[in-house]
Amino acid sequence: MNTALQELGEYVAGALADEVTGTEMIGDELSITIRRDSITAVLKFLRDDANCRFKQLVDICGVDYPDNDERFAVVYHLLSLTHNLRIRVKLWTDENTAVPTVCGLFSSANWWEREAWDMFGIYFAGHPDLRRILSDYGFEGHPLRKDFPLTGYVEVRYDDEKKRVVYEPVKLQQDFRSFDFLSPWEGIQAALPGDEKAEDAVEGDDG
Amino acid sequence: MAETLIKNYNLNFGPQHPAAHGVLRMVLEMDGEIIDRADPHVGLLHRGTEKLIEHKNYLQAVPYFDRLDYVSPQNQEHAFALAVEKLLGVEVPPRGQYIRILYAEIGRILNHLFNVTAFAMDVGAMTPMLWGFEDRERLMEFCERACGARMHLNYFRPGGVASDLPDGLTDDIAEWADGFTAMIDDLETLLTENRIFKQRTVDIGVINEEQCYDWGFTGPNLRASGVPWDLRKAQPYDSYDEMEFDIPVGKHGDCYDRYLVRMHEMRQSLRIIKQSIENMPGGPCKSNNRKISPPPRAEMKGSMEALIHHFKLYTEGYHVPAGETYTAVEAPKGEFAVYLISDGTNKPYRCKIRAPGFAHLQAIDFLSKGHMLADAVANLGALDIVFGEIDR
Repeated sequence: MNTALQELGEYVAGALADEVTGTEMIGDELSITIRRDSITAVLKFLRDDANCRFKQLVDICGVDYPDNDERFAVVYHLLSLTHNLRIRVKLWTDENTAVPTVCGLFSSANWWEREAWDMFGIYFAGHPDLRRILSDYGFEGHPLRKDFPLTGYVEVRYDDEKKRVVYEPVKLQQDFRSFDFLSPWEGIQAALPGDEKAEDAVEGDDG
Repeated sequence: MAETLIKNYNLNFGPQHPAAHGVLRMVLEMDGEIIDRADPHVGLLHRGTEKLIEHKNYLQAVPYFDRLDYVSPQNQEHAFALAVEKLLGVEVPPRGQYIRILYAEIGRILNHLFNVTAFAMDVGAMTPMLWGFEDRERLMEFCERACGARMHLNYFRPGGVASDLPDGLTDDIAEWADGFTAMIDDLETLLTENRIFKQRTVDIGVINEEQCYDWGFTGPNLRASGVPWDLRKAQPYDSYDEMEFDIPVGKHGDCYDRYLVRMHEMRQSLRIIKQSIENMPGGPCKSNNRKISPPPRAEMKGSMEALIHHFKLYTEGYHVPAGETYTAVEAPKGEFAVYLISDGTNKPYRCKIRAPGFAHLQAIDFLSKGHMLADAVANLGALDIVFGEIDR
């Protein structure tokens, strides 16, 4: 399966030389990175080409990397039942740049794209019905972005006087705790942070 | 009488409708009794699972998977455990794999038993539900004996299973499995040739092979349209390649075939359960790698190192090497997958949950168009919708 995927990666990269910017094997999974505007062409090729036949679009999701210039990765997972292979197609975008929709190619893309819009604010150009899908009616913000707090901004409760559910700024009974457990697993390997003298001492020994 | 033009009207189905299988609000545009357009509004059960998992370490993320599709929780845990194992490069000992298969199949029967009987109730048959729940309760007792919880198991952990099976449990499961075939037969006498049931399901919500691909159908819904595709066979995980079972397929892709496929899958699951009990290997049930799976309690009483391992595992958790994986399992509802991105720390960077029901539910507009209002309920029931996994 591994070699078949590798060959497929080379084949796709060769056939779509203008569109594909990178091919890599992550573990035993094939992942290709493409230019943003060519997504429909690439997915159409992958779906219809005899060596690919990726007839099922099983998933679309966003990933947020706030430090990147183009912060969002949009990841498409395709499945070929004919060849029993999977492929991952990745492209990059930011808050202001739209990604062409693939609803015309795969009907299943509709809700996955709505979800990516809802959760990350990734805009899909040409989508027939780009409404929020999972969050509340009238929700503001995009909850899966890394800069969106875990607790959110508003909370709801039933107001007995107004006889309806009201939204209020979130009030925490206890401060949000985030424990930093990121100590190195294998014990202390280098100098402690702030222990700048350690390096001088080593140099001093040499001199 | 002069012809008058009547306006289509919108019908609000749910969100608290017993046939909506949870909290589904569906705006139906009706032309008289005929459905013109169905617009499901999902997300009423959205709990932000993916966001929460980003803030928990890998072990703490497992229980969230029980709460997705709460009808068959172990199958979800299975996907997450396999994904983490793939990134870690950990091998699960054979006994662990067999126990997982045993419980994954119990989960499949739990799910199908619930779905088939609830579907029957949606279209008017009350008795199957009452019968089915008796056996569901037995199965949940088996879950309870293995891990202490009836439904939210938290049993499949990266590296194996939480604890070994208690003595005598496999014998009881085998005994139950022998008797359960008769129960399936009974259910079939109630439904399979039942005139009312067939009138409500045959040729309702027909979808063909190409349309299934287009809408991202997987699992029993895909197989009901005649595609013999099962991840347990096509891309076997754990020890499924050692199991002997058949893949039932339908012919017409209607609600009735989806029901039949599920009934046959229960029989196949029973075969797998029997095989996994007969061939259950000995040895440990979880990885011996102490950086991943905790040491036994007895060892901690005497060994300092075991104590340290235990402490580190339950505070910091283990670090997973940077990488990403899309790992799918054949959950009872279809392809359930976890797209896990690790950045080398003790928490997942991103954990996208691919729920089969999400893809299935969006086809409800396609399936229900032109059908009667009551058929929307049959379609929903036959698609096997559970909102825990759709809304996440």
